[in-house]
Amino acid sequence: MEQPEQDITANPQLTETANPPLPKTATEPQVRPEQYAAPGETVFDVENVSCYYSAFRAVTDVSLAIHENEITAFIGPSGCGKTTVLRTLNRMNDLVAGARVEGDVRYRGASLYGKDVSPIAVRRRIGMVFQKPNPFPKSIYDNVAYGPRINGEHNKGKLNEIVERSLHQAALWDEVKDRLGKSGLSLSGGQAQRLCIARTLAVEPDVVLMDEPCSALDPIATGAIEDLMKEIKSRYTIVIVTHNMQQATRVSDRTAFFSVLRNEKSDTRTGVLVEYGPTEKIFHDPSDPRTEAYVTGQMG
Amino acid sequence: MAAITEPQLGPNLEEPAGWRRTKNRMATVLMVVSFVLVIIPLVFVLYTVVAKGIKIISWSFLTSGPIPPNVAPADVGGIGPAVLGTIEIVALATAMAVPLGVLGAIYLNEYGGKGVLARLIGFFSDVMTGVPSIVMGLFIFSIWVLHFQFSGFAGALALGCLMLPVVIRSTDEMLKLVPNPLREGSYALGASKARVTVTVVLPAAIGGIVSGALLAIARAAGETAPLLFTILTVTTANPNPFSGPNTSLPSQIFANATSPYVGAQDRAWGTALTLIVIAFVLMIAARIITARFSRFSR
Amino acid sequence: MSTLTQQAGPATAGPAHPLRQRRPLGDRTFQIVALACGLLVLVILVLIAFSTTQQASSWFKTEGWAIFTNDWNPAANKFGALAFIYGTAITAAIAVIMAVPVSVGIALLLTEVVPYRWARPIVYVIDLLAVVPSVVWGLWGILVFAPWIATIYKSIASGVAGIPVLDNLFGAPTSGASFFTAGIILAFMITPIVTSLSREVIATVPAIDKEGAYALGATRLEMITGAVWPHSKGGITGAVLLGLGRAMGETIAAALVIGSSATITSHLFAPGDSMPAVIANQFGEASGVFRAALIGLGVLLFAFTIIINIIARLIVGRSAEQGTA
Repeated sequence: MEQPEQDITANPQLTETANPPLPKTATEPQVRPEQYAAPGETVFDVENVSCYYSAFRAVTDVSLAIHENEITAFIGPSGCGKTTVLRTLNRMNDLVAGARVEGDVRYRGASLYGKDVSPIAVRRRIGMVFQKPNPFPKSIYDNVAYGPRINGEHNKGKLNEIVERSLHQAALWDEVKDRLGKSGLSLSGGQAQRLCIARTLAVEPDVVLMDEPCSALDPIATGAIEDLMKEIKSRYTIVIVTHNMQQATRVSDRTAFFSVLRNEKSDTRTGVLVEYGPTEKIFHDPSDPRTEAYVTGQMG
Repeated sequence: MAAITEPQLGPNLEEPAGWRRTKNRMATVLMVVSFVLVIIPLVFVLYTVVAKGIKIISWSFLTSGPIPPNVAPADVGGIGPAVLGTIEIVALATAMAVPLGVLGAIYLNEYGGKGVLARLIGFFSDVMTGVPSIVMGLFIFSIWVLHFQFSGFAGALALGCLMLPVVIRSTDEMLKLVPNPLREGSYALGASKARVTVTVVLPAAIGGIVSGALLAIARAAGETAPLLFTILTVTTANPNPFSGPNTSLPSQIFANATSPYVGAQDRAWGTALTLIVIAFVLMIAARIITARFSRFSR
Repeated sequence: MSTLTQQAGPATAGPAHPLRQRRPLGDRTFQIVALACGLLVLVILVLIAFSTTQQASSWFKTEGWAIFTNDWNPAANKFGALAFIYGTAITAAIAVIMAVPVSVGIALLLTEVVPYRWARPIVYVIDLLAVVPSVVWGLWGILVFAPWIATIYKSIASGVAGIPVLDNLFGAPTSGASFFTAGIILAFMITPIVTSLSREVIATVPAIDKEGAYALGATRLEMITGAVWPHSKGGITGAVLLGLGRAMGETIAAALVIGSSATITSHLFAPGDSMPAVIANQFGEASGVFRAALIGLGVLLFAFTIIINIIARLIVGRSAEQGTA
């Protein structure tokens, strides 16, 4: 199926998505509400967000809403900007020189990119787990206690409690309870990633962002983490970037499909949100032909 | 970096023509000879220092003072004042240079990035490692001693100036090695940049930083020229580094080296042995620390 | 860090959440302190230049351009320093001529010849060489090395007597303390730094080029001349310059073995003097213009070494970039 190329630098209003056959949020009438679960409260409102690295536009005009206590998946081919969009949700892109965000991201009604907003405060509420496990070269205990400590918690008893609770939530407690003093670097890949999850949960964030958390892990470790995600979903809101479509169908409630738009003239690629909706619909009854091509494996 | 081995030759393949092979062999021989040329004086120096110095080394030699005049025979008195002086002065210099150097390297690596100022500071840090130590001594003489008289502290200032760029450079190298995902993990938990640096980056790099500092200390302990104009070599112990002239191990060697008296020369050898042992111990400690504390990631 | 303003306890979800927060005070302070420490390097360099020049100003004023004449006589208030500049140049040149082939040879040995497990001990030996203090080299130099090499000088001198150029260079030996002895000791001392920098430079040569040479059937020597040398000659030049700067500034070893005789002569085996050596040896008794002259020699030394170091670092920096590009 031919995809007409758009010169996106000339016309930011993409004709392809300007008349989307599918709603940008799940509350528009085209969705048959009795078929899919009603969404909870909106946690994130992404409004016309475009991301730039210096002059290069990495992502164009993304709008979607993330809902409470759901697992939302971002899927799409590589280079489509899904990680970039994820990182705008906790202002991690601030750390990249030359990165810039246009549009707005509202978190429970307040703008994340407002004038006086502190990225530090943002990240205390919106945690992140990375693709490759990155435990600190400290003990397992100190890894998990790190977040609470920088939040001002120094009471030994409380810290012990927090560490144990977080490791339980991350399904790691039984495996490490006898060696909390050992270095975090001594764990296997799956254990290390669960340690990083425990570390993130220790500060009791509101949202947990996950950037391809299982891509460096074997299938068994992957399964453990997917179970964990479903387990903690009732207490947290989770957004996960994944290149594994089966994973998206297994864990997520809602899925956003991103794709790449190539500009032939300037030979640049930019990411766009193609379709967003309940996972079942995206995978079994997608409205956009590009979505269908991707989820049925015709397009890599 | 591993050497790429020469290709093995199979059957029916000629080796390169005789002259090419000979030139190649000669080149290899020359390279080995250069190494041998360097080992020989090293072995001689160490052998001489140990052989001549060990005769005079004793606990009383290392601790008693004052330092006797050059005519006195070797078994009289000791170099205690010089040992004390070196410890005082080098400790002060380290206390100044290491924190300032580490903070400077933190600026270069964590805050300055590729900016013009950071590149300028980094460049001139390297240039400063090439400033002769005698110039540092003259500098502190001009700017401090003329106002505040000779003192161990003045010597420490001069040594500190020598150590500063070395510490900055070696710390900078170590900070660069800390993988970025560690920083990201800390930022993602809501840490400010200062917190990330102090609670994650520095502890991760601490092994390399300490070992770099030890090497800088080893170099400073052996320096004589900067002390010539700042501490005014004396023979009595001065436990107060902030007032009054002082002495140090290398200063004493220098004072004794040109003396015709055997006693003075023997003391010089003994002091030289002490100095070399200190430098070696620091160097070995640096190696051990590097080997044991250099894992950052799985 | 207690000065950070923080949220106590974990964050709670809900509509009311203060995302606004000033940047923690400690964070800003830390950055400023770090910047100040970095700037210290530049400040010190500038202060060195100013304070020493100011102290030497009386020398510059009274002698003017006569500082470059060979007329050093403190008793008669004459401070022409050409002999010391000459001595510094000669000894540094000798040191570099001897140290560079050896250092580059060792660097090539380490990067191209020896298997990995032998490289470590060799590097340890080089580090040992580097850690021997200058004053110990000087002590050994004057008490052991100089007397021994004096006999060699004598035999060389008698051997070349009568041969036109050589006997001007190698005649007239005295006690072993001479330009040449100082040059040799300096060569030992600068070898570690030239070796380690050359190693770094050679390591940036892309492996592809080396493999390409071997793939064409080159011997190791041919690979080195064809693939390694073109990439690293710039960087090695920089390393040589750094060694030169180091040799010029090395004080104590030179002071002890150079012979302390302020003369300009072509005889390399004769005693002489150099800038850092004369400063070290005569500062104790100097005052007034004499002292200003010695500090002035320090200023000249500072200027020479800074310029050499800047050029060297620029060359090494640029060639390192090109090597990896």
